[in-house]
Amino acid sequence: MMTDIKGVRRQFPILEERIDGHPLIYLDNAATTQKPSCVLETLRTFYSEQNANINRSMHALAEAATNAYENARTIVAGFIACDDPRNVIFTRNATESINIIARSWAASTLKSGDVIALTTMEHHSNIVPWLQLKESHGIRLEWIPVNEEGEIDLRMLKKILQTGRVKLVSMSGLSNVLGCMTPLEQCMSLAHEHGARISIDGAQLLAHKDVNVSALNADFLAFSGHKLYGPTGIGVLYGKTELLEQMTPFLGGGDMIRSVTQDSFTCAELPRKFEAGTPAIADAIALGEALLWLQTLDLNDVHRYTQSLIVHAHHALLKIPGLTLFGPENPSKRYGCASFEIEGVHPHDLTDILGREGICLRAGHHCTQPLHKILRVPATTRLSVGIYNTKQEIDVCIAAIGRAVDRLRKQ
Amino acid sequence: MDLYAENILDHYHHPRGTGTLRSPAVRHREENVSCGDELTIDLTIAGGKIKQIAWRGTGCAISQASMSMLSEELAGMTVEKAEQLDQKNMIELLHVPVGARRMKCALLSLHTLKNALRTYAGRPVQDWNATMRNVKNSSRD
Repeated sequence: MMTDIKGVRRQFPILEERIDGHPLIYLDNAATTQKPSCVLETLRTFYSEQNANINRSMHALAEAATNAYENARTIVAGFIACDDPRNVIFTRNATESINIIARSWAASTLKSGDVIALTTMEHHSNIVPWLQLKESHGIRLEWIPVNEEGEIDLRMLKKILQTGRVKLVSMSGLSNVLGCMTPLEQCMSLAHEHGARISIDGAQLLAHKDVNVSALNADFLAFSGHKLYGPTGIGVLYGKTELLEQMTPFLGGGDMIRSVTQDSFTCAELPRKFEAGTPAIADAIALGEALLWLQTLDLNDVHRYTQSLIVHAHHALLKIPGLTLFGPENPSKRYGCASFEIEGVHPHDLTDILGREGICLRAGHHCTQPLHKILRVPATTRLSVGIYNTKQEIDVCIAAIGRAVDRLRKQ
Repeated sequence: MDLYAENILDHYHHPRGTGTLRSPAVRHREENVSCGDELTIDLTIAGGKIKQIAWRGTGCAISQASMSMLSEELAGMTVEKAEQLDQKNMIELLHVPVGARRMKCALLSLHTLKNALRTYAGRPVQDWNATMRNVKNSSRD
């Protein structure tokens, strides 16, 4: 490990917090990550020294704010290796990004009977927008099966694509429950060979893998800033130019127009066409700062480190009697998170008790009810790692799980 | 005091009043979809009073202990009084501080009872907003 984790930890002030006297052990990074000082400082500086609306006024503050906002767009574009920042649309979060694809691109391009293919491990945010489209436009959904280890049935994907009806494959790049990565390159070429577009839900993926949209040839990529050490309230939609050009605006209002008359309007050019109203200016700028900060570390090294943490958790969890771990059996195929069930122990009781010791894990269905139906459990407990976690923290957590299980399990 | 106080864990490990009634006046099931907790209540009612109660369910310690403790209170209670039970009564019964994130676990038993009685009376079931109305969180322990 080249990256200095002690140095990294010092940059996250929240890690100094104590919960009822216990040091904070934050292992809920798949829900949201903590923010480094430079991100917090960027927010403070923007509001205390630079605050102005963008793209409007002619004064100095407005120009500085506009430049900083557009600079953040360029940083984001660089982070996903997209050549043209105009292909980067700022949204609130990955969910909103996916909704734009559904409401704007799919709703105006697809016809009744056209098919959208999804995997069975998708987050609700990559299911519900398509179900809404099914109701409103008669779009059909086809489900690509995923086994309990999170492996996509590529033969079924091929079979579904061979019907010739599939217009879009929409899939997560990294499961927020199973911790498995999707073979994106293979899915991408399969979809494209059969004339389908492909949209990647990168909400979990981008914290654990370098994503190059140009090399991948992705049609759309959606992700959130707050899972990448940036603020909440800012997300990204990347789209290919020809797709974004043909899409109708998602929201109408200020900033997204070129001209408005009493009878009609014309849209602004990309990316402003999709950014109606005053956006989350400070949050976009702070997301840029978060990504710059990440890039000051060796990203490949960071990814190797966080994977070594989850591999450590994988082995340690399996030593707990009565525990079933979901996702890849081979720990080297696991990234980001480990979700599990312990016989006779409800996830809410477990995480409530751990929370009282300052240990933050998530319990529930993690917005993946269809996947939990396949796993045949109503809820799981999820441990998810970030850049500032340590193996010692995971060991403390595992020991606390053991004590909680002893307390909760019927004697 | 801890949410997982001894009496809560005791009721969770050794639930009272579980089972089914052969010919209940009403049988009603409710669940918390988000966590998978579920409860089914059987009641017999005569002379405006709850005569017998039996229940079964699965879920977290709080939801199951709460049902176990409530079932001990219900036998012999008038329907009128049972209909008036509210969150405050439940928190007093549990005798532990319940925070916002566990309130639905603690009140699933009350929600199931309320809707069992409404079903018995031929009234439509109420939603969670109605059961949670006026809920004030007890302070964090």
